[in-house]
Amino acid sequence: MDAENKLRAYVMSIVDGAKGPETPARQGFVLPAFMTRSLLIYAALVFWAFISLFPIYWTVTTSFKTAVNVTQGHLVPFWDFAPDWKGWRSLGLSPDTVFQPSTVRDEFIRRFFNSVIASAGASLLAVVIGSLAAYGLSRFSYKFLWMRNKDISFFFLSQLILPPVVLAMPFLALYKQLMLLDSLVGLILVYTLMVLPIVIWIMRDQFDTIPLELEQAALVDGCSIWGAFLRIVLPIALPGMVAAFILSLILCWNEYFFAALLTSTDAKTLPVMVASQTGSQGINWWSMAAIATAAILPLVLIGIFLERYIVKGLTAGAVK
Amino acid sequence: MSHSTMPVSDQAFAIRASAPAGKNPALGRLLLAVASITFLIVLALQSLDAFGLISIGFQSWRPLLYAYLAWSAALGASQILIRGEAGERAAFVLPAVLFTVAMVIFPTVFGLYIAFTDWNLSAVEGRRFNGLDNLRTLVADAYFWNALLNMVYYVLAVLVQYAIAFGLALLLNAEIKARKFFRVAFLLPLMLSPVAVSWMIGKSLMEYRFGPAATLARYLGWDNPAFFSTPWLARLSIMAMDAWVSIPFMMVLLLAGLQALPQEIKEAAKVDGATGWQSFKEITFPLMLPVSMTALILRIIFELKLADIVINVTAGGPGGATDTVSSFIFREYRDRSNVGYGTMLAEVYLVIIIVFVGLILKWTSRWMQRTN
Repeated sequence: MDAENKLRAYVMSIVDGAKGPETPARQGFVLPAFMTRSLLIYAALVFWAFISLFPIYWTVTTSFKTAVNVTQGHLVPFWDFAPDWKGWRSLGLSPDTVFQPSTVRDEFIRRFFNSVIASAGASLLAVVIGSLAAYGLSRFSYKFLWMRNKDISFFFLSQLILPPVVLAMPFLALYKQLMLLDSLVGLILVYTLMVLPIVIWIMRDQFDTIPLELEQAALVDGCSIWGAFLRIVLPIALPGMVAAFILSLILCWNEYFFAALLTSTDAKTLPVMVASQTGSQGINWWSMAAIATAAILPLVLIGIFLERYIVKGLTAGAVK
Repeated sequence: MSHSTMPVSDQAFAIRASAPAGKNPALGRLLLAVASITFLIVLALQSLDAFGLISIGFQSWRPLLYAYLAWSAALGASQILIRGEAGERAAFVLPAVLFTVAMVIFPTVFGLYIAFTDWNLSAVEGRRFNGLDNLRTLVADAYFWNALLNMVYYVLAVLVQYAIAFGLALLLNAEIKARKFFRVAFLLPLMLSPVAVSWMIGKSLMEYRFGPAATLARYLGWDNPAFFSTPWLARLSIMAMDAWVSIPFMMVLLLAGLQALPQEIKEAAKVDGATGWQSFKEITFPLMLPVSMTALILRIIFELKLADIVINVTAGGPGGATDTVSSFIFREYRDRSNVGYGTMLAEVYLVIIIVFVGLILKWTSRWMQRTN
């Protein structure tokens, strides 16, 4: 309370100092000043929305272009070029080819589901063991050798600074020995490691906001601590877990570095397939655009419909 | 490891006089002993087999993996049997600890060993210990130091990203209509995979002949808009792409910080007629310092891993001008199969990062204490 008063006094002192001499003439111009201000704000907003959305718009429309539309720089479908299924036909996903056999489509679908399994599996594993650890660290005091809760938390979070290159080559060698190279299980384990610090960070913040009285009541009623956790705490913490899961899902879906090094034929994921196509030169843009569109579409949909959870996950623990 | 986590006094859970003790300590100890001995036997057999002393015919080291999993489960169960509720508490963190130790500590130690060998996948003979040779090569490797210098530029670019992100957060925090639309639109680039962005922007939008960005540049009077031709131009182009993907991350954090500011302070400033810039400089910005520091440190940590865009757009070119340390090591492995040297580079980079981030954290906490 005291700090708040101080803060208010501080604000007042600044504001009083800044006001300077009275300027009564200003009141007559309130409306125009307000209008230019909001005009500027909206101009900036629209400008940045254009910057953010144009590459996506460009990719989606290019997937419906033919060579001549690309070289002449046509931008607006139906207005300056006639949409064509060419890009999607080369992927085997256009209306006329979707029911015919297509090796490209089979390849694409395999990569797509590899990505789904790897990212969903890793996110699930990370959320399960990460939530357990976060709950323990939020509620109990541990001591192992010299390490207290703070040190254990730091041990988990410090994994965040580990660059993938440090682990990539040892993993390559070890996975070869364990026969996990080019397997989805191996990829899931690496991805779990990658997102675990973030999940623990988010979930700790989540558990810290849940009042202890609920668990205490459950314990008095004869629950064990695991019973109290599973029956009382978990349902309350579910939104946080969903946020952690979605954030992990995005990170794993987009991961390229480990996938490029640790997979070759069977477990290759979508980013690796996209990357291998970009090397091809020439104006084969429509098929590249179609692949890129198909690869980013799930994420754009997640971004539009689950934005709330993504923001919740990103801001957990960072803003107090 | 067996006494890994020992809860000490917990006020929160001290409502019961005494926590239930272990139900069967003897059984717990037996279980742990059996599991440990089994694990050691498997380890010994596998090692002997690998060194060719005996031949059992193991296909791989997988049995050791299963033995570790079984030992981990036995450790958890024995903790509960021996120590009762204290063991149940330990069981919350044990899975994450055992997983991280197995996945990080072991590979890092193994990586340290690889780093001192001349292991090259394309060479006929296997890896050989070669002492400090890799370290000597590294000191003389101009490309590595060049990549490290580039990382300095990329990290400095984070400050520009921060300024833009702060501006966007202020815009979104203003009283505007369609806030939801703008928020989602601004957030979308963060969701896209860097590999797809590499193609979408680097390889098509900024393409020399037909890319809209090049067309626009020509229209604005730049005759020769080759975005990846000269070193600084290429570096700036990579920075722009990286900024496009990662500005939303900082923007979201800063926006949350702005929304968490006490409402009355903003109102007081408004009522008393502080101009926008004054109230930002004297009130908003100082109050936002903690959030700003969190956002900047997290972004710098992520920036130090920058690789995907560089690998896919320029492959480090022209002449290593856009190389990051990660992309350089990636090519060292991919193109030259130089596992030993690449790992040495990575370990040295890790040490540099740890020192650098450690210094930043220390400096920040000291600075924050002084300003408060």
